[in-house]
Amino acid sequence: MEIFVEMFNMKDLIIDQTIEHLYLTAVAVLIAASLGIPGGILITRLPWLTGLTLGLANILQTVPSLAMFAFFMPVLGIGSDTAITALVLYALLPIIKNTYSGISGVSPAIREAAKGMGMTGWQLLFMVELPLSFPVLLAGLRTALVMTVNLATLSALIGGGGLGRLIFLGLSRVDTATIMAGAIPAAILAIKIDYLMGTLEKLSVSRNKNITFSFEAERGISA
Amino acid sequence: MTWWEFMVKNPDRIITALFEHLELSLLATLMGLMVAIPLGIYLTRNKKLAGPVFSVVNFLQTIPGLALLGFMIPIFGLGNETALAALFIYAILPILRNTYTGIDGVDPFLIEAGGGMGMTRRQLLFLVEIPNALPVIMAGIRVSAVIIIGWATLAAYVGGGGLGRLIMGGLAMSRPEMVLAGAIPAAILALLTDFCLGRLEMKLIPRGLRQPKQ
Repeated sequence: MEIFVEMFNMKDLIIDQTIEHLYLTAVAVLIAASLGIPGGILITRLPWLTGLTLGLANILQTVPSLAMFAFFMPVLGIGSDTAITALVLYALLPIIKNTYSGISGVSPAIREAAKGMGMTGWQLLFMVELPLSFPVLLAGLRTALVMTVNLATLSALIGGGGLGRLIFLGLSRVDTATIMAGAIPAAILAIKIDYLMGTLEKLSVSRNKNITFSFEAERGISA
Repeated sequence: MTWWEFMVKNPDRIITALFEHLELSLLATLMGLMVAIPLGIYLTRNKKLAGPVFSVVNFLQTIPGLALLGFMIPIFGLGNETALAALFIYAILPILRNTYTGIDGVDPFLIEAGGGMGMTRRQLLFLVEIPNALPVIMAGIRVSAVIIIGWATLAAYVGGGGLGRLIMGGLAMSRPEMVLAGAIPAAILALLTDFCLGRLEMKLIPRGLRQPKQ
């Protein structure tokens, strides 16, 4: 019980660090998405790049997170920019991979139909491929977001702030209340974001099912 | 001083840290295996339980690693046990999910054929289902092992050992070469483990299911 009283006394700090945590996460995922989604689309068009890009992103993913933060520190110095750079590199893989598999998973029959209707390459992309692969894309974003909330706790080590700061502070003082003041909001944040993105995903799937179903039905009639 | 010079000058520190790291990761992965594989197999037999069990494990996996370490401190205090407990929880999900999907995905015809040959349920499990699911299970173990090696670098912050200790010390003393002397071996260890387990995964595909070489 005392722990909760102590945590309550730290509420301003907790709120500040939560906002900073959210900021780090949002910026990193936005950058990763603005690189990863076009990147994922690009590698569906250029098959020779696919293996190379996914292989590289996989290797980046394997590097231990603390090591990744540590690599950037001597190069980029201390601060939230360094943290964001490392976070972007981690968030790239799920986004690129899911964009790629979502778009390349669009049925060739649908693609053919769109071309038969005289769609240009851009129209095909924006009116057919992207809407159909949206749920897969969203799943990638969800993975990236949850992972980034998780890894952003480490940014405190290189001067980046966020809820990790409270956890590390608590660890160095061996003070459970401070640790919990960072750990509990971080866990809640991750779980909430996961839940929210999961709900969005379900909504987009149910909407998309109608598209596919209506397509199946039309094909059934014409056959 | 570069990180390489630091490693050459302190070989015993690096080697001790590396072995501590390996020991911690191996123990956590083995503990994860011992729980997740039997549980995964059990869940394919009792599918009603699969939903609730997976939502609990998913929930645990969503908790940030550092927060999970924090939650273990009031229970286990500072030391290797805390790190081990948190890493163990992290190891479960990938292995459990892949064991479940692997065993569940075995072609029903194969099981039928085995049953027709007079195999008992135990024989079906060990001679048909597990061998067929092994590559998928192995892929789960691979994911777990890489995650564990990564998060084991944080063990140092809760009083455990491993390569994280060099990173932690280097960050605290602003000595980049010491940070890199911990970070580079940790990265190499993770990449090497991923590569070796990937190779093993290929080898474990039952002979009859391998694609003929072209």
